[in-house]
Amino acid sequence: MNFFGFILQNRSQVLELTLEHLRLVGFSTLFAMLIGIPLGIVIAHRPRFNKPVLASANIIQTIPSLALFGFLLPVPWLGERADRLAILALTLYALLPIIRNTYTGIRGVDPAIVEAGRGMGLTESQLLFRVELPLAVSVILSGVRVAVVISVGLATIAAAIGAGGLGEFIFRGLAMVDDRVILAGAIPAAILALAADFGVGWLERRLQRR
Amino acid sequence: MELAAASPVIEFRDVAYRVGGTQVLSGLNLQVMKGETLVLLGRSGSGKTTSLKLVNRLLSPTSGEIRVKGVSNAESDVIRLRRGMGYVIQDVGLFPHFSVERNIGLVPKIEGWSEDRVRARVQELLQMVGLPADIASRYPHQLSGGQRQRVGVARALAADPEILLMDEPFGALDAITRDEVQREFLLLQQRLSKTVVFVTHDLREALRLGSRIALMEAGRLVTVLAPAEFLRSTDPLASAYVRAFGEGLGSAANRGTS
Repeated sequence: MNFFGFILQNRSQVLELTLEHLRLVGFSTLFAMLIGIPLGIVIAHRPRFNKPVLASANIIQTIPSLALFGFLLPVPWLGERADRLAILALTLYALLPIIRNTYTGIRGVDPAIVEAGRGMGLTESQLLFRVELPLAVSVILSGVRVAVVISVGLATIAAAIGAGGLGEFIFRGLAMVDDRVILAGAIPAAILALAADFGVGWLERRLQRR
Repeated sequence: MELAAASPVIEFRDVAYRVGGTQVLSGLNLQVMKGETLVLLGRSGSGKTTSLKLVNRLLSPTSGEIRVKGVSNAESDVIRLRRGMGYVIQDVGLFPHFSVERNIGLVPKIEGWSEDRVRARVQELLQMVGLPADIASRYPHQLSGGQRQRVGVARALAADPEILLMDEPFGALDAITRDEVQREFLLLQQRLSKTVVFVTHDLREALRLGSRIALMEAGRLVTVLAPAEFLRSTDPLASAYVRAFGEGLGSAANRGTS
């Protein structure tokens, strides 16, 4: 039985694991955006915090993923459900590109524009929502795009702690020394990564010049 | 709050500004009267831009106070204060993601004007600054430098502020365009009689546009003179300016004598 036969035969499981994978990536990216974008905005306006925040996010990024999953395992509420833990770990990894790009995007707005806005009597929040964020949106989204692509890849490792996702096939295939099983996980994961890259890229271009 | 005609619209009282170890401004006392164009003239680093930013509180003085329409800046609501004055800078600072119409209409819109009223006001302003009506839907990057600068002026005038602050607004334009917008500015000012504070390092521009010229040097106000007086002044710095800018200045000071 070749690879395609294997996929066809196991299509319901492929679909199920793909959805699980999407769920891990989706939630973690969402959380990373909810934390990372505000944090990026804060450090863009208060340069004092920029070094410690970016350094912390950088350090998280350097922890090997398997080790991070392992470290988090004994944490009480998290350890109970492997997918919670996986989502937290993936969120932590996704933070750096999102924080950094939000920071870069906001700092990159022409100071003359911000000063003109402030001089016109815009409040700080009007300045943020009407001027800075719209002008930084494509840079922020390209950070999200990097985060999503990293997460799709990293989420395969979540299967090692039993969080499911397409990594299940990969680990199972490795154990069985069966390339077809490995590919049944790897290929859909690659397609997901490409699709996410394309999708966020499209959004980025649409929002760039309105 | 009605004030006597003689009371200044903007008043600097013994203002000093220091940042880090640098004394940018010291002992500044200056009054700007209603309807006049006061030019702050000086070279870079003389403190003229700093003085301007103290008026709309982009900066706060280290000591002394600035009063606008009789109220100390430190006590006024900063957002209301700024919305009561138009602000034009050399880099214009148009919002690149907004059309001309949205750029000009932004402050009226957040002030809660109806959409129709904003649109009518935008058209009125475009006409006032000599731009065609159909430019409203364009974006800043589609405009020439002169057009952008006119949009900047229109935007500053949008909510009909009593005061205009202009920081080398025409400095980046080519000579011919600058001449045009200066002429338009004079016509506009004849009609609107705003209280204008105008920063420039160009004596020719100062003589042409100013009712009075405040000459600044190294963070101090040297002297305040009407354009015609400036040309005759025996003040060493003023006469150095006149010499540096050379011949033909007499005709530039067309308003000082009228």
